[in-house]
Amino acid sequence: MRRYIPSSLNHLILLIGLSVMIIPIWIVFASSTHTSLFINTNGLQFSLGGNFIENYSNVLFKKAGFFDEITALKMFFNSFVMATGIATLSVVTSLMAAYGLVYFKIRYATFFFWLIFVTLLVPLELRVMPTYVVMSKLNMLNSFAGLIIPISASAIATFFFRQFYKSIPEELLEAAKLDGTNSWKFFIDFLVPLSKTMIAAVFIFMFVFGYNQYLWPLIMTTTEEYWTVVMGLKTMYGSISHRFAFVIMSMIPPVVIIIFLQKWFIQGIFQNK
Amino acid sequence: MKKVQFTSRYSQYFFLAPQLLILLIFLYWPIIQTFKDAFTMQDAFGFGSQFAGFDNFLFIFSDPSYWTSFKFTIMYSFVITLITGSIGLLLAVQANKVLHGKSVYKTLLIWPYAIAPAVVGVMANYFFSERYGLLHHLFNNMWGFNWYEDVFDAYIYVVIAGSWKQISANFIFFLAGLQAIQKTVIEASIIDCKSNIRRFWTITFPLLMPTTFFLIIINITYAFFDTFGIIDTTTIGAPGSETKTLVYKAYIDGFKGLDLGSAGAQSIIMMLIVLVITIFQFRYIEGRIHYN
Repeated sequence: MRRYIPSSLNHLILLIGLSVMIIPIWIVFASSTHTSLFINTNGLQFSLGGNFIENYSNVLFKKAGFFDEITALKMFFNSFVMATGIATLSVVTSLMAAYGLVYFKIRYATFFFWLIFVTLLVPLELRVMPTYVVMSKLNMLNSFAGLIIPISASAIATFFFRQFYKSIPEELLEAAKLDGTNSWKFFIDFLVPLSKTMIAAVFIFMFVFGYNQYLWPLIMTTTEEYWTVVMGLKTMYGSISHRFAFVIMSMIPPVVIIIFLQKWFIQGIFQNK
Repeated sequence: MKKVQFTSRYSQYFFLAPQLLILLIFLYWPIIQTFKDAFTMQDAFGFGSQFAGFDNFLFIFSDPSYWTSFKFTIMYSFVITLITGSIGLLLAVQANKVLHGKSVYKTLLIWPYAIAPAVVGVMANYFFSERYGLLHHLFNNMWGFNWYEDVFDAYIYVVIAGSWKQISANFIFFLAGLQAIQKTVIEASIIDCKSNIRRFWTITFPLLMPTTFFLIIINITYAFFDTFGIIDTTTIGAPGSETKTLVYKAYIDGFKGLDLGSAGAQSIIMMLIVLVITIFQFRYIEGRIHYN
């Protein structure tokens, strides 16, 4: 009997923790299913209302009223293009750069190594203003290329691919060399398949990273055509229950990813930090 | 590096080129510009500029509002680290103990980690708004909470908004750390020490030290940089500019105030702070590779 008491205390503490995480979201969700008039007179709600379909379809499909020219659906599209672009480009460039650093005799190898890793010292937030100036000089404001390319060089991903390559036994390359494999074939036929798990983890992590970008799209886009979901939260207007609905929808993609691809995602966190 | 390598005249550059090209254009160019700005003084009308030496830096250091931000940022990272670290550890220890529903708890506790800070900020906004805010009403009834005017209340607002999702991160890493501790160690310690609490502090917690140290760095980095989206969607620095983090202040001074010299100098100071944090971080990563 005594053994059950501590165990139920464990569950109690965990349940309190769970409520702190879930109740705020539930309240915003429940409130998003009422009319704005109801919210304005009665405040935030715990119980569901009858306007779920109307509110959510309004936000997703109706132009104007919520934003001027675009629907939330278009913003989700933009976010997905941006996130997929950033994830793909960062995986490809990091994989290649790490390969170049580990598997080649390079003159000034240390110099190239530091050229890449010094960039860890300068998070995006610290160089927003001058990067904006560069982007406008290159005429890349308001474009997908501008949203994607500048933030898809991930020194951390390169660092971890490099660590991984270094752990691969020397014999693999020796054997491949005996067979007369060239560097390109070795990369594509041996290393890329070997790195599959890491590629998946980095891709998923960078996808969420890209989707969650806030400051970058905020300063890079001036026309609504390129607005993304997360930055749109700052600029949206319209009725309160529509705003609640949009906040709830904005969380769905990363939350679905973390729930269904948990194993990969956690691996990605461990590799990216 | 590998003992066996390819020797080629150009191939290596082909592999390095994509990343280096992006870094050179979109990182090094702006960074060089930042340094130029930091050592340049622009005249008030924006017509000309001249070399200013360390004037921008001296100006920042003599500016009380910079020190307000500085103190706030230090306090903010300390409080967030403490709160999220202890709650994350508490929950991880419980989740590691329970026999049933472990994976359910795990799944339900980690997903806030994936939510963007800006989204969290917008949500917090609803709970602290004068009109709808449940927490605003609750605190207001308790002690006359009013974050628009009271600095301490504004601190409470941004600390709650900033801590919420970071609890998840601490939970994930502490749980992973706990699961990595070998069962035999714990079993042996049960024989030696009957008290659960004492055993935790003398055996388990010291074994979690690498995780704790790592999380301190993660939490500090989060409080310095990732909270940008939270500040920008909650207080925007209110009541005056007491809740501006250093990063947020640099952004406001540069992007809104168009004071490039000051923003550049502030960025360089921040880079030095990141340098120190990164050195610690690399030491940790090296430690992990050698000993595990």
